[in-house]
Amino acid sequence: MSTTAAEPLFSKKNKKLLSDPLNDNNPITVQVLGICSALAITVQLKQAVVMALSVIAVVACSNVIISLIRNMVPNRVRIIVQLVIVAALVILVDQILKAFVYDVSKQLSVFVGLIITNCIVMGRLEAFALGNKPWPSFLDGIGNGLGYGVILVIVAFFRELLGSGKIWGFKLIPNSFYEAGYFNNGLMILPPMALITVGIIIWVQRSRNNKLIEK
Amino acid sequence: MEYINIFVKGIFIENMIFAYFLGMCSYLAVSKTVKTATGLGAAVIFVLGITVPINYLLENYILKEGALAWLGSEYATIDLSFLSFIMFIAVIAAIVQLVEMSVEKFAPALYGALGIFLPLIAVNCAILGGALFMQERQYANVGEATVFGLGSGVGWFLAIVAIAAIREKIRYSNVPAPLKGLGITFIITGLMGIAFMSFMGIEL
Repeated sequence: MSTTAAEPLFSKKNKKLLSDPLNDNNPITVQVLGICSALAITVQLKQAVVMALSVIAVVACSNVIISLIRNMVPNRVRIIVQLVIVAALVILVDQILKAFVYDVSKQLSVFVGLIITNCIVMGRLEAFALGNKPWPSFLDGIGNGLGYGVILVIVAFFRELLGSGKIWGFKLIPNSFYEAGYFNNGLMILPPMALITVGIIIWVQRSRNNKLIEK
Repeated sequence: MEYINIFVKGIFIENMIFAYFLGMCSYLAVSKTVKTATGLGAAVIFVLGITVPINYLLENYILKEGALAWLGSEYATIDLSFLSFIMFIAVIAAIVQLVEMSVEKFAPALYGALGIFLPLIAVNCAILGGALFMQERQYANVGEATVFGLGSGVGWFLAIVAIAAIREKIRYSNVPAPLKGLGITFIITGLMGIAFMSFMGIEL
């Protein structure tokens, strides 16, 4: 998987690193990584986008750092080293969120901290960054972060639209609908519907992409 | 009474899996058979019951604003709470390692049952989540924090054993092919979550 010096920055292989996690190798629906935080913060689109950006930043940066020091760290202590690097990056993200988008950071509550134990981060560090150069690792981090973000945004879109009739805080469903007897589906805001929404996304994705079906 | 309340709340109302989705990764990966699910569930109860009180002490005597007052009045204004993520995860990783070694030494039978699951737990979101919720909810004393840790551990145990039992049965059912495995597990977990919502509002 190593790239030669003559290879252009966006060679075919590197593009694949970016595009693969969006569909065929999606971190949530195929690799089953990082479900923990993905579901709890998808009630509103805004939270989901902030969370997705934070995860992209953490995965990409930690992938680069680990990839840079991969030959210096003894194998036996690598988990602790990884945890410390990830935790430091997450503290940075948390402080930035608190400084600039305080209300969203309040709503995300413990889930920003939980990026540390988000399996996407550890999983990509173990599976990719430990054996690859910084640039492909960076792309892999961005790709997987995006793949995570896409699912988050889709789930949040449906939950906010059906649950409170809004998108990004703006009312989308006209008042005449409510007068005609339309009700917001309060169930969509509650936690269990996030699981069912993801289940349906997996269903749709797998029925379109047959090679993902489990035996 | 307060203790029982926190315990029951941790198990049913604020269940780690159904209300907060914490520890979903191992919940989905290790729930194929009831036996392994029981092992992992027991290990989670064990580790949560130990790490939550230790992190509680750490939070209240070192990290919180004014927590260092016992060192002398000039330390009373120090606020180290921005360090809490890194401290909590370090404590959890260290405790898990210690627990693993001491269980191996003093209770080989227990080690045989929990052995392979203990190291997995260091990066289980339920453990760090327990510490962070403890920090956010500000329990009154270390006893309440311990009970909270044990309660959420038992809730997690219940959830993973239940889903493992259902998955063992569902293997023989005729599920649509694209929904097999992961998809149906998600939907069942959602339905179980709806069932658990009926516990909402219970207070002892």
